[in-house]
Amino acid sequence: MTREVFIMSQNVIRYKVNGKDVAAPRGRMLLPELLDMGIEIPTLCHMDEISPYGACRLCLVEIVRKGRSNITTSCNYAIAEEGIEVLTDTDRVKRLRRMVMELHWARNPESDVIERMARKMGIEKPRFPLDEGNGKCILCGICVRVCDEVVGVHALTFSGRGVHREIGTPFDEPSSTCIGCGACYWSCPTNAIEMKEKGGVREIWGKKFDMERCSVCGEYFAPKYQLEYLAKTFKTPIKELRVCMTCRGK
Amino acid sequence: MEIRPTGCRGLCELGPLMSIHPKGIFYVGLKPEDMPEVVESIMNNGEAVERLLYKDPITGESELTEEDVPFYKKQVRLLLAQNGHINPESLDDYLAIGGYEALAKALSDMQPEQIIEEIKSSGLRGRGGGGFPTGRKWESCRRAGGDVHYIICNGDEGDPGAYMDRSILEGNPHSVIEGMVIGAKAIGGNPKGYVYVRNEYPLAVNNLNLAINVARRAGLLGKDILGSGLDFDIEIRRGGGAFVCGESTALMASLEGKVGEPRAKHIHTVESGLYDQPTNLNNVETWANVPLIISKGAGWFSKIGTKSSKGTKVFSLVGKINNTGLVEVPMGITLREIVYDIGGGIRGGKKFKGVQTGGPSGGVLTEEHLDLPVDFESLDEVGSMMGSGGMIVMDEDTCMVDVAKYFIHFLEEESCGKCTTCRDGMRRLGQVLDRITDGKGRDGDIELIEDLCEVIGEASLCALAGTAPNPVKTTLKYFRDEYEAHIYKKKCPAKVCKGLITFRIDKRKCTGCHVCYVNCPVNCISGKKKEAHVIDSSKCIRCGVCLESCKFDAVRVK
Repeated sequence: MTREVFIMSQNVIRYKVNGKDVAAPRGRMLLPELLDMGIEIPTLCHMDEISPYGACRLCLVEIVRKGRSNITTSCNYAIAEEGIEVLTDTDRVKRLRRMVMELHWARNPESDVIERMARKMGIEKPRFPLDEGNGKCILCGICVRVCDEVVGVHALTFSGRGVHREIGTPFDEPSSTCIGCGACYWSCPTNAIEMKEKGGVREIWGKKFDMERCSVCGEYFAPKYQLEYLAKTFKTPIKELRVCMTCRGK
Repeated sequence: MEIRPTGCRGLCELGPLMSIHPKGIFYVGLKPEDMPEVVESIMNNGEAVERLLYKDPITGESELTEEDVPFYKKQVRLLLAQNGHINPESLDDYLAIGGYEALAKALSDMQPEQIIEEIKSSGLRGRGGGGFPTGRKWESCRRAGGDVHYIICNGDEGDPGAYMDRSILEGNPHSVIEGMVIGAKAIGGNPKGYVYVRNEYPLAVNNLNLAINVARRAGLLGKDILGSGLDFDIEIRRGGGAFVCGESTALMASLEGKVGEPRAKHIHTVESGLYDQPTNLNNVETWANVPLIISKGAGWFSKIGTKSSKGTKVFSLVGKINNTGLVEVPMGITLREIVYDIGGGIRGGKKFKGVQTGGPSGGVLTEEHLDLPVDFESLDEVGSMMGSGGMIVMDEDTCMVDVAKYFIHFLEEESCGKCTTCRDGMRRLGQVLDRITDGKGRDGDIELIEDLCEVIGEASLCALAGTAPNPVKTTLKYFRDEYEAHIYKKKCPAKVCKGLITFRIDKRKCTGCHVCYVNCPVNCISGKKKEAHVIDSSKCIRCGVCLESCKFDAVRVK
């Protein structure tokens, strides 16, 4: 079903974005709608494939509702009310986003992604002392959610509370459920996750995986353990899975 | 003679307390060795033991009964009064004071809509901090679909120095259970109850557990309650003591066995809360008000209080005040009446400086606010809040920057860490305040604090962070000169911040008694006996021991 048909067939919410009349299916999250409209909104913890979380606080917008204006993150704001107006580019929004970005930058000075985004917002340098030892991880939780919701093996988790919060495998030991798929590595917005491949062995989160060669091109392409897991989960003959994505597309 | 152990009676400062009935003789500050005399006086003539009665700290006059004690005079103790009359472990005691009559009335004579209407017109608002109208919450939950309607009591009282809910759960657990069963009847839709209570409250957990079991056996919980056809039971869930779990969505996550972290509340919990089912959560004190409203009527209840805030509110009154304790006052009473009439004024005859209302994320109010009526709106307007009812009184020796720093560090520790603005914002705010109180504050720090307060308050996920900057915002608003003195003059006007004070000995007053010399933990005081002593500032850690130990008032702080 195309989106237009979907809108027509469903409960449609009519609202405004920066003065323009728009419509969206009831319950859709605001951020993907705004991005679809081509509006530029900074974000680090959002991914279409997983549930919204609201951790990075960058996708702030102003929502005017019954004459009152409130700041909210658009990623976890479900469009459900007629007549609201969304403002994405006000001075207040920009000021707050810059402040959030300054917090990110000071926490993760090692991240080139963060620095680029911050500079683009016009920040020259954070007004806070720069942290050391946080690496590039901004605790957005994309890896945790991807592992839970897309891969379904729950190998990653948050630990610690508040400023002591960290992401990793339970007890920082090699996870018994990790299949080495690398989805966390590919989806991390700041390239904070390390994955090494050498001589047919992949290493991620302290666990080593023997790689399988593609039965067509002969290149290493996926951990054997991952293919066995997929074969079992989807009841597919493992032979059919031993073809890499490149050869599959040919 | 019957001896009845009761729950907390509020006047912590003078405990342990005892009253002897029928005369109502009220004894304070009892010790085990006082007991023979007390028993003897009862057996002999029933006359009071004069020396154990309450004495007015100024006039020295003694008061015979609880009602005569000034601490209680201005209070309206709808919820707390029964704490002093009943044994919390006894259902009979609760029944004897009219307990479960409201439930019987609600189950046999009232329709759910009628109950909701009664609560709505009573004007009862949530006592946990939000102040949302209770009746409207119940109504929305009743209207929501779903297989189960969860009825939750929030007993995760995490504010430092606050113990209102604890005293109700410990002293009168049946009042909470009764309120919840009435709520279950009103909300309907296959209701199921939970009480989420801190594990650090073992007596509350114990008394509530006993009460639930007794109520179950008496047919007041479980299947077909009092033959009305209502099925409803309550389970206790113990929280691990995370402050954030007092936030409703974090509490529900914790109840589900997940990490206690809040989620966005654009979809209200009355529609989708615990296990995605409609969930009605109220605070302990809110639930305890329900039976009173049902038995005495909304009209009676709404006569107490102000236009928008009805009934009473329990505060835990602590800090630099003469009578610390739990007080229950009608909404609309002034802060002055609470601090001076009930609290007995500032300890040691010092000057009042400020009072923080609403727990760690409340604001600090000043002298100019003392005549402010205490209700939801008035407190909000001046930058503080009702919160769950913490009230910390500060005297002239309190440094407001130091106070703000204390609360910010508390909240920083209690941040769940999910969202950046709270986790990192609070940490940065703490860093800036540390710097200022260490004497390393610099130009631009006040603006930085203001920027941080804005982003934490406006751009965070949950209400905890939304209110977290209040202590800084209000102290900056009302005591900006103190911040400026710290930053620009490198002075702490209240002489509290160690990085900004020096100790020295006044040569004219020092007798060379050597006491400070002996007590100084870092041996930075030198001098011969009977000669004036000297403090070596470079070694001094500013602990203040010399100041406290000097009998000749010779130590100066600058």
